[in-house]
Amino acid sequence: MARAHSPRRKLLTTLAAWTVALIIFFPVLWMILTSFKTEPSAVAMPPEFLSADWTLENYAEVWARSDYPRFFWNSVVISVGSTLLGLLIAIPAAWAMAFVPGKKTKDLLMWMLSTKMMPAVAVMIPLYLLFLKFGLIDTRIGLVIALMLMNLPIIIWMLYTYFKEIPGEILEASRMDGASLWGEIVHVLTPMALPGIASTMLLNIILAWNEAFWTIVLTTTKAAPLSAFIASFSAPQGLFYAKLSAASAMAILPILILGWFSQKQLVRGLTFGAVK
Amino acid sequence: MKLSIRALMGACAVGAIGTFAMAETTITVATVNNGDMVRMQGLMDDFYAKHPDIKVEWVTLEENVLRQNVTTDIAAGGGQYDVITIGTYEVPIWGKLGWLESLNDLPADYDVDDLLPAIRGGLTVDGNLYASPFYGESSFVNYRKDLAEKAGITIPDAPTWDDIKAAAAAMTDTEAGIYGICLRGKAGWGENMAFLTTMANSYGARWFDENWQPQFDQPEWKAVMTDYVELLTKYGPPGASNNGYNENLTLSLQGKCAMRMDATVSAGALTDPAQSEFADKVGFALAPDAGLGKRANWLWAWSLAIPASSDAKDAAKTFINWATNKEYLALVASKEGWGNVPPGTRTSLYANPEYAALPFAKMTIDSINAADPTNPATKPVPYVGVQFVAIPEFAGLATSVGEIFSAALAGQKTVDEALAEAQALAVAEMTAAGYIK
Amino acid sequence: MSTHSSRLAARLMVAPSVALLLVWMIVPLAMTLYYSFRLYRLISPDRTGWTGFTNYVWFFQSPDFWLAMGNTLVLVGGVLVITVTLGILIALLIDQPIKGQGVLRILVIAPFFVMPPVAASILENLFMHPQNGLFAAVSMALGYEPILFLQDYPMSSVIGIVSWEWLPFATLILLTSLQSLSSEQLEAAEMDGAGAFSRLRYIILPHMTRAITVVILIQTIFLLGIFGEIFTTTQGGPGSASTTLPYMIFKQAIAAKDIGRAAAGGIIAVILANIVAYFLMRGLGRNLDN
Repeated sequence: MARAHSPRRKLLTTLAAWTVALIIFFPVLWMILTSFKTEPSAVAMPPEFLSADWTLENYAEVWARSDYPRFFWNSVVISVGSTLLGLLIAIPAAWAMAFVPGKKTKDLLMWMLSTKMMPAVAVMIPLYLLFLKFGLIDTRIGLVIALMLMNLPIIIWMLYTYFKEIPGEILEASRMDGASLWGEIVHVLTPMALPGIASTMLLNIILAWNEAFWTIVLTTTKAAPLSAFIASFSAPQGLFYAKLSAASAMAILPILILGWFSQKQLVRGLTFGAVK
Repeated sequence: MKLSIRALMGACAVGAIGTFAMAETTITVATVNNGDMVRMQGLMDDFYAKHPDIKVEWVTLEENVLRQNVTTDIAAGGGQYDVITIGTYEVPIWGKLGWLESLNDLPADYDVDDLLPAIRGGLTVDGNLYASPFYGESSFVNYRKDLAEKAGITIPDAPTWDDIKAAAAAMTDTEAGIYGICLRGKAGWGENMAFLTTMANSYGARWFDENWQPQFDQPEWKAVMTDYVELLTKYGPPGASNNGYNENLTLSLQGKCAMRMDATVSAGALTDPAQSEFADKVGFALAPDAGLGKRANWLWAWSLAIPASSDAKDAAKTFINWATNKEYLALVASKEGWGNVPPGTRTSLYANPEYAALPFAKMTIDSINAADPTNPATKPVPYVGVQFVAIPEFAGLATSVGEIFSAALAGQKTVDEALAEAQALAVAEMTAAGYIK
Repeated sequence: MSTHSSRLAARLMVAPSVALLLVWMIVPLAMTLYYSFRLYRLISPDRTGWTGFTNYVWFFQSPDFWLAMGNTLVLVGGVLVITVTLGILIALLIDQPIKGQGVLRILVIAPFFVMPPVAASILENLFMHPQNGLFAAVSMALGYEPILFLQDYPMSSVIGIVSWEWLPFATLILLTSLQSLSSEQLEAAEMDGAGAFSRLRYIILPHMTRAITVVILIQTIFLLGIFGEIFTTTQGGPGSASTTLPYMIFKQAIAAKDIGRAAAGGIIAVILANIVAYFLMRGLGRNLDN
């Protein structure tokens, strides 16, 4: 949708878009600012902007108090692992459903989504017992499997939607040009599906990264990811908002960077599509 | 007991050249993220110096999450933890179920007789000590002395509820954002119901009569709820129905609560100039009474226990002895000052002149000693526990009752409606649980 | 393309997902169904046994049950309306050529990166709190009394918090769909003299229908299970004003440790979710086709 616009209009849309973006982003920004204040300053009323007591103490304390790198690494393994495994299983399925739809495809899709309908708390004990039986409690592989299965329907759905947007005519055309199936996948479909796969991957890594129920119930020390790290900084007895903000900022930062890179990936994939 | 592979390999290697080496034992300790526990994690060098063969893995979680994880693990026999941090509510129930290891055989230097009797009693079932107290607390009144002076009132060291009402009225200055009294309003068995149960004790009310019949239909409860709602609506901060321990502590540290009734453990924060600019203006008083011989103060102890499913019980006992004996208190005092010593567990601490000089020491010990878990109300009751009833069904029931009472505080229900609903709910749950035949 | 062999290949490609999800669904469902007919309280292990429909009856007789069902639907509906509407508008806006598009997109999706319990805690304490929150500061600066969000408008507050968390998800999916719209089509329409509104109405929105449908379906499934944000902020209150079905289950599972009741609640929630899904599919399923 890259069309020419008058500079005046561009300025206006830029202004509007930035205003909206900053409003949406503001709570996150405020949280990050809070993470640099002392605890009394964090809850001061009226809120302190320039006059705040700025400090790095919260980060130092959070860092000293828990083994951040271990939590971080567990989060990486669990969220990336479960997403990649999920993509591996979901891409063929979504592909088949998008390009070779049958009568029951929609029902199948809906059924897959329905496997997510059981509220987590209701199956807490049954699942815990199962994990215990298979020796999966506090193991990264256990969480990778659990989160993969939890997000698999979402991955399939998102991929299905993106694949559906690839116009069938392009496939026909390339086939008429005599492209082999392999050539078709490498030169036509993959570039076109890439933005979809990238955004699916990003969203599912975030979903897994932020999962804060099962990742805590099913772990103790060895496999505990950042959700458990966060849970050690929320609601103790006393002031904690600045430290919670610092811990939270530390949990967000890696994924924010990932988001930044996949954003570029998204845009690049799209220009490929537009060139077609 | 989890032998770390490295230690095992080390042991083998050393064994090969003919010397004996101790295998390293790893224990997993689950604890709440409260200040005193976090401080302990910073003092572990002392433990490792004394016990190089034990390695401690920490699981530090927020109270609600910790309780959820630990209960699931212990009930399902998961065996993930070797030491768990639980409260006075859980210990007697879990001890009776055989879920906890008895701590009667701790070494002599543990000095079990030094534990405060009220605290020790709450952690003992049938002569077995099932948990060792890490810190104990009661509840008391903290207030701003400068505001009391300005209003021309004095709050006695042992006030009555009438004193509290008068003081709240006198000190409230809504224009200046000063609220006469802050009390817990947030629903939960450990939030508003902990406070309301102690208030009920002092008003002569009780949860159940001797036949486990709920008592919310009695006039004493009506008096409790009427006064509670009136105090907070007239003199409390707006939105009090969402204020729990943390919110009220924040307001007190900011000086917005002229007076607050809550846990004694917050005294440390309130008198810390780094956390509050009113640190030098804080006064303390005992929890109030209504002239019936019972004060509205509770009794709680975060305590360390060993699940029966642990496979490193000896190492766990070694750790618990280190973390809760007198030497540990001295260690904290030498490193972090007397004000940061975990309070409320040992008689010897309060006999120490340096500790007794702290502004809140006497009030804390008096409050703890005034609480009697086996005889909490003015009338006879079939249960143990001051601000809770030590039966498995209590947490669920009190959380639901707490919601009803917080609705009354928010003005969505009248006191009469709330009490009638609470009574109906309690009767139904106690019948379903088999207490009412 | 739909020859016999390609159909077979397609089945083989779908099979692993179906098999995995089938096991993943059936095993916990069977266990939950089993427990839902059992008396099983974690901390009263001595009292167990079959109880018939007692656990289900408890839910249906609970004074909060119908309110909770209603609140669950209000929460789902409210968040859907807000996130889809704003999501479309924001996607349209940031799809325009703007300066700093990359950074801007990250800002817009940033709320999704915050862990839900933290998001709820931060919004509750640093924004909505009547004495310490930013909103209260704004109210007072303007000379008004602070709004008691959680006490007077509990459902709206929870909906607001959850919407803030999920808006980026909707925006991102809708934006990706918008970007796949060919610009030639729009330019052609523009040259034919179609105004901005009719371009939106006849080209852009129809193009986005499938994405919108997917957002609605996926979000509905997630939103039907929300309890964490409610626990962090309102505790389902005041009273039961903001209690939803998952929160009722949460209370039974976590506070009361009544696994039997929680399981029965879970089965009821699955039934509710299936009813909702059935109507959604009837209403929107068509949009999934080309």
